[in-house]
Amino acid sequence: MKADVVVVGAGPAGSVAGTEFARRGFDVLVVEKKQEIGPPKRCAEGVSQNGLDTVGIDVDMDVHHRIEGASLYAPSGKKVVMEGGDMFGYVLERKLFEKQLAARAIEAGATYMVDTQALDMHRRDDRWNVRLRGLDGEREVRARLVVGADGVESKVGRWAGFQSVNRLSDYHSGIQYEMANVNVDPGHIHLFFGTEVAPLGYAWIFPKRFSANVGLGVLERNAEMSAHGYLRRFIDSNPDIFMGASPVEINAGGVPVNHFTEMVGDGVMLVGDAAQLVNPIHGGGIIRAMHSSQLAAEVAEPALSDGDLSRERLTAYVHRWDEVYEEKTAKLLKLRAFLEKLEDRDFELLADILEGEDIFELSQARISFFIKKMLKRPSLLGLARKYLAD
Amino acid sequence: MIQIDLERCLHCGGCVGLCPVDALTLYGERLEVSEACTECGICVKFCPVEALEVPR
Repeated sequence: MKADVVVVGAGPAGSVAGTEFARRGFDVLVVEKKQEIGPPKRCAEGVSQNGLDTVGIDVDMDVHHRIEGASLYAPSGKKVVMEGGDMFGYVLERKLFEKQLAARAIEAGATYMVDTQALDMHRRDDRWNVRLRGLDGEREVRARLVVGADGVESKVGRWAGFQSVNRLSDYHSGIQYEMANVNVDPGHIHLFFGTEVAPLGYAWIFPKRFSANVGLGVLERNAEMSAHGYLRRFIDSNPDIFMGASPVEINAGGVPVNHFTEMVGDGVMLVGDAAQLVNPIHGGGIIRAMHSSQLAAEVAEPALSDGDLSRERLTAYVHRWDEVYEEKTAKLLKLRAFLEKLEDRDFELLADILEGEDIFELSQARISFFIKKMLKRPSLLGLARKYLAD
Repeated sequence: MIQIDLERCLHCGGCVGLCPVDALTLYGERLEVSEACTECGICVKFCPVEALEVPR
């Protein structure tokens, strides 16, 4: 078997890659190891309208749940509300969303194989021989380009010789119950902070049409128990929200909140979680995953046409990514470093002084933010020091 | 080799991405560990549901 492009993994990154290469006229094969595209999700399913606009992908209003804002809670329960701007968005039904993306790729001309595992790949004469195993047994595909859309557990990066292994210090341990009968404002996502709630992370409730994703992520270095232990405690300690609620699904996952892997090699590109392209503050990765595939295809199209798939040539993809995201990501990493220094009383202080608009400034990691605030409240000096210190 | 409790494992694959020696692989929805495992325990620290254990 031969293909111009083999995409490993049929999540949002893989299926958008499938669509982008197919509609450019390339022969593209997308392989998915699971027997069904979609479940089990490893994800809270939130996307912003701005993010969807960026990638030009629409969602089916009958399936997905509309969100108008976010409510943030300090450990005492004190609430800060954010509405408008980037807060407009959706909680997706990913098992349907991913199938819809796959269908679009297939309609554009991509070939899909499910229940098919990529076992390894070897470089021979400027092509990758990708070995696959499915119900029909083993076969080998000769590909001009391999796109690794194989998620946090990416093997494509390792096979290409990249230093793509994640680091525990930059990797959230995530757990989630999708629950029915959860008592929260369904028009908002709800985020809960505190060292007892989720050390160096946060807990979330993302309402859906018939249920809500209730989960949290923690960083191992400050955790005293498993993520699941923290989630049990979060649910038990909020009876007003969870009285009478029960799970309909359990999900888990690792969230790479820092990016350090190489993204391109000779005849190979990584996209989405495989390339650790996740928002380092909230851990959201759907939009970035789809966007990375679009940028990868944009760069790979002329490279495939010219027959030059060298690492040097494909590096333009990394440059395109950095043009769009490098500055923003650097700011968010700085903000994350700040948030990781906060103790519970700092969260209370922040909840006291923050209003919706201020949080946007804070999330832009603007130093001027604290200077303005401090002129009004000198007690913020300690917090500002934490913010400014690297 | 690390011990996998397949009853607890939610096959999220999070541990696979952390393994420094590529000893873990998710085959479909079944997690497997290979002889390459050094029992370093990084995956154990990560696992959200305590499905992994370093043998005593």
